[in-house]
Amino acid sequence: MSLLEFFTGKHLDRGLHVPEHKDLTSGLPIRRMPFAPMLVVPLSQHAGAPAIPLVREGQEVVRGEPIAKAGGFVSVPMHSPATGRVVKIALAPSARGDLSTAIYIEPYRAASQEILYGAPQDIDRMTPEEIVQAVQNTGVVGLGGAAFPTHVKLKVPEGKKIDTVVVNGCECEPYLTTDHRVMLEQPDAVLHGARIAMRALGAAKAVIGVEDNKMDAVEVLRRAIDSSAARTDRSITVESVPAKYPQGAEKMLVKVLLGREVPSRGLPADVGLAVFNVATLAQIGELLPVRQGLIERVVTVTGPGVRKPGNYLIALGTPLRWALEQADCSDQVSSVILGGPMMGPAVGSLEIPITKGVTGILVLTHKEVNGHSRIYPCIHCAACVDVCPIHLNPSHLGLLARKDRYEEMETEYHLMDCFECACCSYICPSHIPLVQYFRIAKQMNRERKARA
Amino acid sequence: MSSLTSANATTVIEVRTAPHLHSGRSVVQIMSNVVYALLPMCIYSVWLFGISAALLIATTTGACVLIEHWCCRLSGRESSINDLSVAITGMLLGLTLPPGLPLWMAVVGAFIAVAPGKMLFGGLGFNVFNPALVGRAFLQAAFPVAITSYTPAQALHRFTEFIPTTLTIPFLKAAPLKDWIAKVRIDGFTGATPLMLQKFEHVTTDTWSLFLGTRAGSSGETSAVLILIGGVYLIARKMMDWRIPVAMLLGALVTGGAYYLSNPAKYPSPLFVLFSGGLMLGAFFMATDPVASPVTPRGMWIYGILMGLITVLIRFEGGLAEGVMYAILLGNALSPLIDRLTQPRTYGEGKRMFGKEAISTK
Repeated sequence: MSLLEFFTGKHLDRGLHVPEHKDLTSGLPIRRMPFAPMLVVPLSQHAGAPAIPLVREGQEVVRGEPIAKAGGFVSVPMHSPATGRVVKIALAPSARGDLSTAIYIEPYRAASQEILYGAPQDIDRMTPEEIVQAVQNTGVVGLGGAAFPTHVKLKVPEGKKIDTVVVNGCECEPYLTTDHRVMLEQPDAVLHGARIAMRALGAAKAVIGVEDNKMDAVEVLRRAIDSSAARTDRSITVESVPAKYPQGAEKMLVKVLLGREVPSRGLPADVGLAVFNVATLAQIGELLPVRQGLIERVVTVTGPGVRKPGNYLIALGTPLRWALEQADCSDQVSSVILGGPMMGPAVGSLEIPITKGVTGILVLTHKEVNGHSRIYPCIHCAACVDVCPIHLNPSHLGLLARKDRYEEMETEYHLMDCFECACCSYICPSHIPLVQYFRIAKQMNRERKARA
Repeated sequence: MSSLTSANATTVIEVRTAPHLHSGRSVVQIMSNVVYALLPMCIYSVWLFGISAALLIATTTGACVLIEHWCCRLSGRESSINDLSVAITGMLLGLTLPPGLPLWMAVVGAFIAVAPGKMLFGGLGFNVFNPALVGRAFLQAAFPVAITSYTPAQALHRFTEFIPTTLTIPFLKAAPLKDWIAKVRIDGFTGATPLMLQKFEHVTTDTWSLFLGTRAGSSGETSAVLILIGGVYLIARKMMDWRIPVAMLLGALVTGGAYYLSNPAKYPSPLFVLFSGGLMLGAFFMATDPVASPVTPRGMWIYGILMGLITVLIRFEGGLAEGVMYAILLGNALSPLIDRLTQPRTYGEGKRMFGKEAISTK
């Protein structure tokens, strides 16, 4: 904590300053990436039930056409990312490591790729229930990485009241600039999306939280608010907060912005809040008025392993290999990471398609990830305790994990509150893979409960 | 064009778990910086007490390293001397012993410090007590005379002659120091430490010479200023937690101040309490041993203040002139308990008292 932060009040009291590496792409406008020869659209790109296919093999589809319907309330439909032909519905590799069912679409080379699906709708005359349904129809999920169906969050839980919509423009992960570019280039869509969310939830206010390493975005958003039709409308505000990782985690951001703490294992709704990522709201703001579906998203392709880093608008279902070729990937690739370097998983196959939750593709070379550093015993230096944003004791949790005492970790030491930000692993001088231990412990506990 | 496009390209990508970045901090880096921070004290010690101090520190360091290496071989695992933690133990042990201590005793102390004090528990990260202090506590119990036989600072011929006791043959009686001290001392310097003078002869050494360190004492504990420089260096590089030394000095200052205010004629000033004996060395380099100290922020404060308090209590109420060693060992023993009772309130959890959740939020 710097002196400035101490006196200005609003700051994240734990966490870390991680080298940002955002200047590689933060100044590059969003550009569209060409279609890959084959697009692979998984039926499960989101949290919740997989979508149910509406098309059969050999069928021709038009860009924007629904190709799968939602498999329940906590599920979203899929839309065709290109005009072409459904080649097959078969298994495809996923970032989780397993295979999942996907619709393979071969885009027609000569097609105009015009979006012919959609029709205007008047949101102002829709009831909150109708907005929730309409948002589900767009197929939009949390684009900040969690991929949780957005319409579920737009439905006020029974017995709760939402007073404020928090718009998350922190993007605290190093390297990523997706949200930054969206705020710069689509400020009106972000504001429009925020107003739709406020209407659906009956919230009076919205606050957009942006880290102070993106002051240009703060300026653009403020100007957009001032120039919008409702000049006197003071319901949406933009606040800058001192940049620190992991401020983009919703629990952290609401604490910093509004001083509210989401209860352990609770939801923001428990303290009257709903949190959305800026890119998610921008998509709702663009798609909802024209009743279209989510078929592409902005992805930061970056890292020392690509020669043409940038913020690309990529059709969903584009295989990683194609995206990396377009960004001129070097042959020194060591790891390909979906998302940021702190929380993003490294993939095991370049055939994995880009899905709705992919914020970035980070390509690291052998230089950044040289070898395996030796793991020393925990020396109880307390560095992890000092950075843990949840105020856990990672040092002790790590020792318990080594002894397979997973149950005790959960019952006595709040394991389930850990959201795997990886600050502890980052800072540990003994190079103990603490957060990986915690992932294993959580999984072991889940399996044990499933058996019981 | 990228190599990924060529048909026969075999780009191997590795699967690893997040995070993919690391701060670059390492155990060896921390340990080597502690060694750097201790070096000025070692050098000053040699200047103050001569070649005996040099030989003493070299002996304890060398012996500790060799013993750890031997313990590792005995237990059939890779030698851990390269993490440098044992070198710190050796240096600290040497710095806490009287400069004229017979070397064979120093070797015994090194053995106790490393073999049962550290390696028996499982090596680095598993020792309950600060190993150097375990070794010193053993020496204090086994050789109560030798470990309280201090020699004057800046003695004549100290760079050419050993202190007579240094080269004592194992298990034989050490040469008496009294005549030698009378021969080599320069005016004003006796072998008695300021704490001994204060406690047994009611002579108070002036604070300035305590601060600079031109006084008798254990080989490395004398100069408060050098200890401060080393400590501040480590704190600035974030390799030592500032809360423990600050809490310990605060605890000693407040307790010492209370005694002083109750009877200024009998008790020394709080500043004397702070800069005399091994308090500074203990607070900055022994109590901060991360392995044997608490990890919770509140725990560190409690641990430090407790040790400062006990140090002063032993000095003023006990039979010994100095109590830092026992205070830290006691603090080490309590630190797991302190940790358990001071688990921080986690984000989103209800209010809690003494480690138990008092009111649930749900």
